[in-house]
Order: sequence, then C-alpha cells, then structure tokens
Amino acid sequence: MTVVLAVTVGVLYAVGAWLMMQRSLTRVVVGLAILGHAANLLLLSAGGRAGDVPIAGGDPATTADPLPQALALTAVVITFGVSGFLLAMAYRSWRQRRDDTVEDDLEDRRLAESLRRLDEDRAHREAREAAAGEPRDPSPEATGRPDEGGTP
Amino acid sequence: MSPDVALPLLVGLPLGSAALSLLLVGRSLALQRLLTLVVLVVMQVLSIVVLVGAWDGSVVSARVGGVEPELGIVLAADPLGSILLVVSSLMLLAVMVYAVGSRQTKDQAPAYHPLYLVLAAGVAASFMTADLFNLFVSFEVMLVASYVLITIEGTRTQVRHGMTYVVIGLLASTLFITAVGLVYAATGTVNFALLATAMDGVPTGIRNALGLLLLVVFGLKAAIFPLFQWLPDSYPAAASPVTALFAGLLTKVGVYAIIRTQTLFFPTGGQASVVLLVLAALTMTVGVLGAIAQNDIKRILSFHIISQIGYMIFGLGLFTLAGIAGAVLYIVHHIVVKTTLFLVGGIIEERTGTGALDRLGGLVHTAPAVATLFLLPALSLAGIPPFSGFVAKLSLAQSGFAVDQWWVTGVALAVGLLTLFSMTKIWNGVFWGDPEQPSVLPDQAGSTPWLMTAATSTLVAVSLLFVVVAGPLYAFSERAAAVLLERDAYVSAVLQ
Repeated sequence: MTVVLAVTVGVLYAVGAWLMMQRSLTRVVVGLAILGHAANLLLLSAGGRAGDVPIAGGDPATTADPLPQALALTAVVITFGVSGFLLAMAYRSWRQRRDDTVEDDLEDRRLAESLRRLDEDRAHREAREAAAGEPRDPSPEATGRPDEGGTP
Repeated sequence: MSPDVALPLLVGLPLGSAALSLLLVGRSLALQRLLTLVVLVVMQVLSIVVLVGAWDGSVVSARVGGVEPELGIVLAADPLGSILLVVSSLMLLAVMVYAVGSRQTKDQAPAYHPLYLVLAAGVAASFMTADLFNLFVSFEVMLVASYVLITIEGTRTQVRHGMTYVVIGLLASTLFITAVGLVYAATGTVNFALLATAMDGVPTGIRNALGLLLLVVFGLKAAIFPLFQWLPDSYPAAASPVTALFAGLLTKVGVYAIIRTQTLFFPTGGQASVVLLVLAALTMTVGVLGAIAQNDIKRILSFHIISQIGYMIFGLGLFTLAGIAGAVLYIVHHIVVKTTLFLVGGIIEERTGTGALDRLGGLVHTAPAVATLFLLPALSLAGIPPFSGFVAKLSLAQSGFAVDQWWVTGVALAVGLLTLFSMTKIWNGVFWGDPEQPSVLPDQAGSTPWLMTAATSTLVAVSLLFVVVAGPLYAFSERAAAVLLERDAYVSAVLQ
C-alpha cells in the first residue's frame, strides 16, 4: 500500500513539474493543481499507516494520526482558493491577448532585438559587398556611419 | 498592556479590520482609508510594546486560546522577530500614507484596503509563529494578498508579470507543503521548539536533505541565487507603493524564515556554512551585475534587492555571533532604505510619467527636494559613511574578517563599489543633465503631493536615526544573535 502511495506521489510530482514547464497557461494551471495533489498525498502518507477514525476517546493504538489530515485539509483549501485566482488571471490574460501562451519578457525581447539588428547589419554589409563585386574592409562609407566631424 | 496580549492582537486586529473594510467597499473610501491608517498605527504601538518586552534579549510568547503548546498555536517574538515587527509596521504605515497621498495609485480599487490589512496580518504572523505549518499558513495569507495587490490594476503588463509572480509563489508553496510533510514524517512534530531537539535525532543525510529543501523553499521567497529571476521580472510592473512595500518586506520575510530555520533546526556548532557563503557571494554578485545592465529605476532597484539579500545570507552563513548580529542590523537597515528608494522612484514616475533613465534628466533643477530624498538613501545603500548602510556593512565585513573568510568578505566589499556605480547611474540619468533636452520628458506636476513627500522623508529620517542610535542598536542585534545561536531561551519560551 505504501509503495503504491509513494509511486503515485512520485508520478504526480513528475507530471506536475513537466506541465509547469509548458508555455501554455492552461497547462501551467493544471500542472500546479497536480503538484498540489502530490503534496497533499505526501502529507497524508507522512502520518504513517491507516487506522480508525480519530475521534476523541478512541484507542490511540489503532486510530490514524489526525494531524497530517488536518494539515492536508488546510492545504487543500488554500490550493483551491489560489487555483481559482490563477484561473481568473489566465482568463484575463486570454481575453486581453486572445492567446494562451506566456509572452516573452523584457530581457527576451531585448535580446531578440539586438540579435535582429546584428542580422540586419550583416545582411546589409553582405549585400554591399556583393554589389561592389569584391569584399572590402568595413570603412566609414561602407557602414554608413558619420565620422567625428559629422560628414558621411 | 502586556506583550502576550499584543502578540495575538497583531494578527487578529488587521484580519478583523480587513473584514470590516470589505463591508465599506463602494460606500466610503475615506472611512476605508481612516480604518486602515488607524489599524496600522495601533499595530505600530503593539509592535513597540512587544519590542520593549524583548529588548533585553528575552523571548515573549503567547498561547492562542490557552491550548497546550504541543497541540495549540503558539506565537513567540524573540529580539529578531520583534525588531522586524516594529520596522515592518512602520513600512506598512508609511507606504499607506504615501498611497493615500498619491494621485495615481489605485487605492480606490475595491480590494486594495482589505488586502493591505490581510498582507499586514500575514507579515506579522510570519515573524511570530512558532510552528512550521503555521509559518506556511502565514506565508499563504501574505502571498494571497500580494497576488492580488501586484495585479490590482489588471493591465496587460501587470497580468503578464503578475503571472510569473503567482506561479513561482505557488510552486514555492507546494514545495513548502512537501517540506512540512517530510519534516513531520522524519520527526513527528511541526512545533519549532520540539523540532529543535527532535532534529538532532534524525540521521545526517535526511537532516541535510530537509535543510536543503527548506533553504530552497525560503530561497525562492527571498530571491537568493539561483532562484531570483522572478523578482526583477514581476516587481517593477506593480503600482509604486505596492512595489515599495514588497521590496521592503516580502523578500525579508523569506530571509527571516531562512535565519529562523537554519539556526534553530540545523545549528552548525559555530562552523561557517560553505553552502550559504557561496550562495551569498553569487547572490551579491549576480544581483549587482544585473542592476548595472538595466535602464529603468525600478528594475535597477529590483536587482539591488537580490544583491542585498546576499549580504544577509553572508552574515548568517558565518554562523558567528558577530555575523548574525551584522545580518540582523543589515536587514533592519535594508528594509527602511530599500522602501524609501522605491518610494522616491514612485515620486519620479508620478511627476514625469516614466522611470526610464534615457527619458529623464535635470530633475535636480526642477525637483531639488526629490533629489535630496534619493541621494541620502542611495548613499546609504552603497555603504558610504556615515549612513546606516555603512554601519551595517562595516559590522558584516568585520565579522567576516574575524573568522578569516577573506574571499567572501572581499566579494561583499567589491559589490559595495558596484552598488555605488549603479546608484551614480540613476543619479546621472535622472537628476543631472539639462531638463530642456528634447529626449527628456517634462516634469509635468511641478510639485509632489505633500503626503508622499512626508512619508518618504520620515523614512529617510528614520534611516538617519539608525546612525545616531547605532551603538545601542548593534548591542541589541548581538542579543538577537545570541538568542538565535543559543536556542534555549526560544525553546523554553515556546514550550512554557
């Protein structure tokens, strides 16, 4: 029984982690929910073997440990509330952009911009070289950059 | 009022008032504002009562509902917790005054005031809880409020960057639950005091794994290397007062949790922790190098948070009395100075409509008061004497040299220089130059709302006050470090 539980917890963690690394927001939300289940199951199995319902007055030797169940209950409520908020945010994001994927962040865009500029420069230079018929050293004229005096 | 009444009130009062504030939504913004401000003032007084109780190095504790400590909820404030309570209530109050004064802040948003109070309760509870699971609940209370506050305007940018913040926060919470489950499986308790002794009986391998897992959980919250990328991506997108509050408080709650768990559960017996020192050096360096590459006030300051977190971890990693005392002093200084800098950044954005360095210039001519308010905390952040940053950095550097940790102390000092460099970058970009330049956006407002100036200058004055009381404050930090390292006072206060 414990092995089954341990394997289930492991598989849930793996699936959750994999889904979280996707670019689609829906998958991220589902991944987080699955990770939450994995954590709750782990919490439950931390309480040891199963037993009788823990009601005051019962025999402590045969009842299950109530504390992890109480902790799991709290954790479930919190995960539920936050998942709701996350879904609302994912929906807002979809309404704003009509797209479910995560946008590039500022650094990504900056990198892409400077790479694009480098490519453009190179294409420009190659076109010039091809037009001139022979490769030349890049001179102020070739790059079109003004010199110190401001004359081209 | 005795401190053991003040402890539960510090959590109960803001939570109850949040419910009351929710009833006022749409009825009266003025009443909402009044309620929030009154509650925050009362919290400030309560936290000072707690600090007075813990000033001589004792630990104040209270059982909620009078249940036995092994079963019930215990709140305990040691010197570290109580000084953080005082400083964080001051930040909450100052930022609220600033938000009320600001013309652009959306404190009219229905959920703003209730959530602000919930955040206050979560932060206070995190500093006082003496139970690993309650620490998780306090974190969640604080984080759920912060999820909504960071996206309060619901714009496309805020949703995009808020998403990063929420997903990372949830991931950290899930890992936290995992850690709680594994700690319970290994020791059979989640009470801090019982864990402190029970952890000694756990086999070394499992003990190290648990320590590392807790470090990852709180490291995600505190944004230490290599778990920091979410911070500069999400913080700058929020409204200025929200960013200032998060920058000052939230990562420091993570640092507090690292200090609490590492000193209480995993004492090294006076040995420096190489893992923590390496992480500290990398956090300092990566943070400050990231800041240099940025071109926006809020983004530069956000990267500096990361760099500064490194200093706190550095002090902890030494595991000496002087090192931890330096870290405590550094946290207190950092919360005030960082919040102030973000508030000044907010004033600049309010007046010009941008935080981009290449669109700003010459503010020293049009807004000399704002320039002064920026200059003092900026120099303090860089550790220039005689400001509070110098006192804090000096005590850290001395404690590093005292135990011959030359390389990491050297890194800390070099990072200080680079910090000065990027503060100069902001200064050159924003305040110097010709305000008539074509690229520069005009200073439209011409004046700052007086409440914003008042809140910011109060915080500048507080950070200057730290220099005046540096002697007693350092002695207090040493008492705080002694309580953290010796553990007995904390354990017996929680179990009594």
